[in-house]
Amino acid sequence: MNIAVCVKEVPSATSQRRLDPGTKRLDRSGDSEPNPFDVHALEEAIQIRERGADVGEIVAVCMGPESAQRVLTKALALGADRAVLVTDAALAGSDIAGTAYVLAAAVGKQDADLVLLGQQAADADCYVMAAAVADHLRRPLVTQVAELRVEGGTVKAKRQAEHGYDLIEAPLPAVISVSDAINTPRLPSIKAIMGAKKKPLETVSAADLELDAGRVGGDNARSVVREISPPPAKAEGLKIEDSGGDSAEKVVAFLSEKGLI
Amino acid sequence: MAGLLVYVHHDDGEFSPQGLGLLAKAAGLGGEVTAFVAGPGIDDGWAGSLGGHGAAKVLVADDAALGGLSQPIVDALAPAAAEADAVLFGAGVVSADVAAGLAARLGAGIACETTDIAMTDGGIVATRPALDDTIMVESGFSGGPGIVLARANAFPVREDASGTAPVERIPVSVEDWSQSAVLSGREQASTAGVDITEADILVSVGRGMGGPENVPLVEALAKALGGEVAATRAVVDAGWVPYSMQVGQTGKTVSPKLYIACGVSGAIQHKVGMASAGTIIAINKDQNAPIFEFADVGVVGDALAILPKLTELVAARKG
Repeated sequence: MNIAVCVKEVPSATSQRRLDPGTKRLDRSGDSEPNPFDVHALEEAIQIRERGADVGEIVAVCMGPESAQRVLTKALALGADRAVLVTDAALAGSDIAGTAYVLAAAVGKQDADLVLLGQQAADADCYVMAAAVADHLRRPLVTQVAELRVEGGTVKAKRQAEHGYDLIEAPLPAVISVSDAINTPRLPSIKAIMGAKKKPLETVSAADLELDAGRVGGDNARSVVREISPPPAKAEGLKIEDSGGDSAEKVVAFLSEKGLI
Repeated sequence: MAGLLVYVHHDDGEFSPQGLGLLAKAAGLGGEVTAFVAGPGIDDGWAGSLGGHGAAKVLVADDAALGGLSQPIVDALAPAAAEADAVLFGAGVVSADVAAGLAARLGAGIACETTDIAMTDGGIVATRPALDDTIMVESGFSGGPGIVLARANAFPVREDASGTAPVERIPVSVEDWSQSAVLSGREQASTAGVDITEADILVSVGRGMGGPENVPLVEALAKALGGEVAATRAVVDAGWVPYSMQVGQTGKTVSPKLYIACGVSGAIQHKVGMASAGTIIAINKDQNAPIFEFADVGVVGDALAILPKLTELVAARKG
């Protein structure tokens, strides 16, 4: 069994994130890191192998600018066997629909039985890529998975839902998005970081994937940002200094005045 | 079928308030609003009751394959969706998966975390807060229907829903591959029946509450107020309370009328899950806690001392 893990390059958590007022796209010029949610997906791939499944290879797949090589190098240090970066000027500015189309095409070429993604992207807070990729690949989907078992040709997943958990079974090949509750990602050792540079990192273009040029890139985005603006201002709150619990009456008075009790 | 198509999810015989709220919003935009309901054994009268929430018409896809997972629903929905100007989805795990699968199927644009929708000369426009709610982003669509996925509780349900809409049963064709994943069972979380996303009042516990032995103080206040208990990720990770109570980036997004945060610092990962609450009251010993920047009432003090008095006063007032 081979596993492909989709990894997105996102601005690092410590960087000041902003939208470029000109392009209205996320400014990606600062420090970046692998989407933390995708790191859980990669960790799960490694753990599936460690639990004894016959995993041939784990391949990390990323679509992004050249700079995303850094993120794939980190994925290799964490335990991926090889990495594929889909990068092409023609893909810049692709929206969710375009990105899902490209990722599905890239993953589809990896001979992967299991495709893993994180539950959402930390930069856009969207949680739609797994379902969109699964639809393109016409493969079964399970999202928001908190526990995953691979038994023979079947995945058994426990999925977080509004009411608790759904227990879902699907035949391989399948597409799974994992919740960040599924595991605790390891930190790479110095040896693994050094070794990552020797692992294969392949770069592919839109042409290599035989993509329909009319479905990718900013010019073909079906969802277009029209305006960006500051959020509505919120009035300054009331501040109460408590002493031994004496604020309780003021809080109750406030709740009462607001009609909340 | 031009106009707005609203997917209304349901579970255990109840329509999701997320879908109902979206119907109400859609009806206020003008134009034809059609609701879409999928499942096995859908009752016409029940489906028609969506008319009271804003639907002018209800499409029903009734098939044994539509029993809970998203992929067969995409098959059932795609033909009608392809003809619509926009397809709207409320928040929820299955609802979001249907929206995303449909976007791929139709090659359509999708807007996530939507908190406002407008109809303009240039088509439908979806607005969302982004980058930890520091900026508002308005998106339009081109080349086919726009798919709009709402943030939890962004749109309130009509309180005075009455009336019915005509129901049309549509032919359903589900592909083999999309039925290959199977829902084999369900586990209720230990807080069976409680869904914090639908509570009007939440009292949340953060690490500043000290330890799990103090969670009952929060539970007591929640009970006195007629609300539910929520929690931060740190507290869930530490095992004080179950994941189903977690609010924030990796938990649930809530917007109750009242949110009382006890010992919650208000880290951005928590804030994105609750900042749209109607009224936020924060109790924290640390006067520099970020939550004071967006709380309506900030109490600098020890929640362990304040909560019992607060509970007592609330209980007395409620009599």
